[in-house]
Amino acid sequence: MTPDLIIERIKNRHAGAVLSTKVEFGEGTVSIKRGSLLDVCRFLHNDPELYFDFITDICSVDFIGQEERFEVVYHFYSVRHNHRIRIKARAPENDAAIDSLCPIWKGADWLEREVYDLMGINFIGHPDMRRILMPEDFAGHPLRKDYPTEGRGERSTFDFIPDID
Amino acid sequence: MIRTEEMLLNMGPQHPSTHGVLRLVLQLDGEKVLKATPHVGYLHRGIEKLSESRLYNQIIPLTDRFDYVASMTNNFAYVRAVEKLLQIKAPERAEYIRTIVAEFQRIASHLLWLGTHAIDLGAMTVFFYCFRERELVLDLFEIICGARLTTSYYIPGGVRRDATSEFIDKAYKFTEMFPSKVDEYDTLIKNNRIWLGRTKGIGVISAEDAINFGLSGPTLRGSGVNYDVRKAEPYAAYDKIEFDVPLGKNGDVYDRYLIRVEEMRQSIKIIKQCLDKMPKGPVVIDNPKIVLPEKKKTMTEIESLIHHFKLVSEGYKTPPGEVYCGTEAPKGELGIYIVSDGSNKPYRMKVRAPSFVHLGAFDYMSKGHMIADIIAIIGTIDIVLGEVDR
Repeated sequence: MTPDLIIERIKNRHAGAVLSTKVEFGEGTVSIKRGSLLDVCRFLHNDPELYFDFITDICSVDFIGQEERFEVVYHFYSVRHNHRIRIKARAPENDAAIDSLCPIWKGADWLEREVYDLMGINFIGHPDMRRILMPEDFAGHPLRKDYPTEGRGERSTFDFIPDID
Repeated sequence: MIRTEEMLLNMGPQHPSTHGVLRLVLQLDGEKVLKATPHVGYLHRGIEKLSESRLYNQIIPLTDRFDYVASMTNNFAYVRAVEKLLQIKAPERAEYIRTIVAEFQRIASHLLWLGTHAIDLGAMTVFFYCFRERELVLDLFEIICGARLTTSYYIPGGVRRDATSEFIDKAYKFTEMFPSKVDEYDTLIKNNRIWLGRTKGIGVISAEDAINFGLSGPTLRGSGVNYDVRKAEPYAAYDKIEFDVPLGKNGDVYDRYLIRVEEMRQSIKIIKQCLDKMPKGPVVIDNPKIVLPEKKKTMTEIESLIHHFKLVSEGYKTPPGEVYCGTEAPKGELGIYIVSDGSNKPYRMKVRAPSFVHLGAFDYMSKGHMIADIIAIIGTIDIVLGEVDR
């Protein structure tokens, strides 16, 4: 199916959940309400015409300064039909949480842990919500825009490094 | 009295078979694995964060370091995403060169995999044979771009240097010589009783589960799922040549071994066709806003000098928007997702690393097997920790 048809089908079924849609660079994107993520994704996975059985990626983007700061981006692919779709949902900073997709795609497990680790978004219902790349006692979430790229970070508190400032 | 309690065993991060720095915590009942928990992140260099403060061209050397034994295909994946964003297309000759080099990289990566996988399971000789041929592939890379491992050869708009006649001659020679070498590896292990015993029925994953976990590349095709980005969404020259995608049946370690070996034969087929069909012409697009002008022009023409200066100091801007672009790397689907805000640096770049996703299915694949089989399963999902941690 072409991206337009996929978007049309999602709109027909979940009209209340869809906030906006667009087709850019030949890729379809659907922005949905955070609360209806699980419903929409179940539909994407089970509907025989769409049949998005393959979870490609989960990613998060930090739009600092905007009202709903975090955007979680999902990429799905259908091995049977050879088409793709991108689903997006937003979460505000004071309630950075979204439903986990682990009940639908087992592959979501590690991808969600990475988002949690690096961006600090909680996934409700995830079976094992731990840091994955950073050490367990690490403070902060490095991919947030207000986390500095350069500088010594927590190393400045180590007492065995001489202070050269 | 026999004590029958469960035991936790720490494996790695310095265990030789973990191919880098992977730590596994195994929950054991005797020698049987009840649960395997991988701990990763020892090689985390924050490439995604770093690339938010780099110009688009400055990110290419960073991409070399995802899967550092297949840097050519990493470059390819990134460059394709940027080209999609810029809506440009490389010249035809460049597309053929890209295909040839990417397939050579697949051979090199699979050779390294086969050698180390075999040595992990006790077959020493295969390792030496594989590295003998891998050396020749790296020599070819040295001819074409001057580097052997961290190549940075692909650039948005084409490739950095043209394929010389020396490269083409040696590439032809390699394609003639290599198939007999693959047969040689087969004679060592394909029907070897120990090899069969160590690999058949180990790490089985069904087609349905493999898709559900998001596995890709040979790890997915071992379960009989016909998904190859080169066929599903053809790019470069893959739609102009013929090749087969080998599929497995049982989804075990042995089937995945057969597939990777067969893929090397198919790569040779692809390279041969590309070498035959490769047209003459430029290898970069004629757009000085994106590709550095020739050095000779930079030294003689003021306009080229300005372009050179601008490109190095402030790069180029991309249209605002977002692209996802998946490329078939030796390990699986390597996807690059770029969010652009219209500036000269990506607002966010996400790498969908196949090894990372594969490792997520590790616990599932190793449940109920012996400790020794864990080594076989680490080998069969073909992880490179540089790509897992990024």
